[in-house]
Amino acid sequence: MLSFVAQRVVKGVIVLLAIVVLNFFLIRLAPGDPAVVMAGEAGASDQVFVKQLREKFGLDKPLPEQLFIYVKGIATLDLGFSFRQQAPVAKLIAERLPATLLLTLTAFAISLMLGVLFGTFAARFAGTFLDTAITVFALIFYAMPIFWVALMGILLFSVTFDWLPSFGYETVGANLTGLSHAVDVAKHLIMPAMTLGLFFMATYTRMTRASMLEVKRLDFVKTARAKGLSDAVIQRRHVLRNALLPVVTLAGVHSGTLIGGAVITETVFAWPGIGRLMYDALLQRDYNLLLGVFVICSAMVLIFNLITDLVYRLVDPRIEFAS
Amino acid sequence: MKQFWKSMLKSPSGVIGLVILLLAITIAVFGPMLFPNSPWRMVQRPFLPPFTLGAVPLGTDALGRDVFAGMIFGARVSLLVGLVSTLVALVVGIPIGAMAGYFGGKVDDALMRFTEFFQTIPSFALAIMLVAILQPSIYSIVASIAVVSWPPVARLVRGEVLSLRTREYVQAAVVTGQSNTWIILREILPNALSPVIVLASLMVATAILLESSLAFLGLGDPNLISWGYMVGAGRTVIRQAWWITVFPGVAILISVLGLNLIGEGLNDALNPRLSREGR
Repeated sequence: MLSFVAQRVVKGVIVLLAIVVLNFFLIRLAPGDPAVVMAGEAGASDQVFVKQLREKFGLDKPLPEQLFIYVKGIATLDLGFSFRQQAPVAKLIAERLPATLLLTLTAFAISLMLGVLFGTFAARFAGTFLDTAITVFALIFYAMPIFWVALMGILLFSVTFDWLPSFGYETVGANLTGLSHAVDVAKHLIMPAMTLGLFFMATYTRMTRASMLEVKRLDFVKTARAKGLSDAVIQRRHVLRNALLPVVTLAGVHSGTLIGGAVITETVFAWPGIGRLMYDALLQRDYNLLLGVFVICSAMVLIFNLITDLVYRLVDPRIEFAS
Repeated sequence: MKQFWKSMLKSPSGVIGLVILLLAITIAVFGPMLFPNSPWRMVQRPFLPPFTLGAVPLGTDALGRDVFAGMIFGARVSLLVGLVSTLVALVVGIPIGAMAGYFGGKVDDALMRFTEFFQTIPSFALAIMLVAILQPSIYSIVASIAVVSWPPVARLVRGEVLSLRTREYVQAAVVTGQSNTWIILREILPNALSPVIVLASLMVATAILLESSLAFLGLGDPNLISWGYMVGAGRTVIRQAWWITVFPGVAILISVLGLNLIGEGLNDALNPRLSREGR
């Protein structure tokens, strides 16, 4: 188990390093000299300042050496400086990360629970009206762009019914503490988390349904039935557990999409996470910040993939850690 | 071929999907000719509600521009970006997958590590960065969507080629001294095509969603109106004018739904065994 984790961590670090190198070359694709771009971001582009910047960031050195400086900076968690926001990129991201984690993890939990639940129902009642209804809903949610779902949610639940707040993380100026603060945040969280979760819920529903129907036909289910086990036990212990394997794999594959969805959701709902930060960086062409957020997003995806791999091995009785 | 159409037309989702796609293509190709209102020109007072004037059936936006005209012209951009970026992704993904599967060994290892690398990078974030850095234009949008969508193609093709490589007819071609290129192009790929076609139809749907999301964030081509841009522009005035955001969103929903249904129909028709999400 430990060696497996170590192996995966090493692999993850290598991938992350490759992403950092890719980043380094991406910023050089941007039009213009990076020093001039940075000077422009800082709001002053006279020759002396540009020269200073060039020296400070080693932009007058040969490319391999520049790359080394860049990688070394990131290894020590120095993601550069955002001239627009007048703060280190790492600090800006650290401030925003908890909100994003809260949003994505809630959305993930909602989508997985509801998706598996609806998928199980659809498979259990395959061919009936309930199955058709669930399948059609899943298809429709699967085809809706996240930003539009978000806006329709606002239109319905904030503008028309006035049930939920349409933006932000908490009520501004309310200075709530303790339980009432938690309730306030939760109220703000419902719509963004549901918006982000719906698309993935649709995917998990379809996957669980297809997978349950596939497993149901297998011999070991017949054996279980022949042993006289109750239907509920067969469904839960035999069918669902095996049917969940592809769902777990899919969850891992989707972690990157989840982060991408968070950028949109946070933008629409003004949720103060790194997705929103990325959007702001985008608007202001703040490349240092943009690249910093990108590196952190990639790291999050790698960590999430590692976790799903571990879960997969826990759920699947056939795989052992030693191998 | 006849067999294919027969089974395609037997699946209800395939038929609905085909009808939607044909309708969308017709609108994209002929709509702008029949409906000459420029989507950028002011034609009426701002915030004209829908269904009040026959000439502007879906109302006007915050600048008095025709929402219906925007939807017609937006169909072009969405379909074009969806189709072209998928084509580019296929052109990149198929050779990589074919080479990895056919040559195996070190070539396979190297190409698959490369593919996996692109699969781990959060795709939407990468697309945002690429478009932002290359400056938004129809070319940079197509390129960045292609960059983030080729890995599944490569993996799928590799798997197909791996299983076809050991078939007897391929061995026979090897024995008769055909070149590797000839064997891959003429013997293996034609037989690996059907799952690729299914995947491609779903990729067009994903590409349309990606394009609309980029345009929504303000990363669309500034010279072309698109559905995502319209939703993004209507976002700030959603309390006064719901129609500006609702209608273009419905257009995206219907086209993506149609393409997904086609994917399902193709899947039933081409490979009854393959499950939809198995990629």
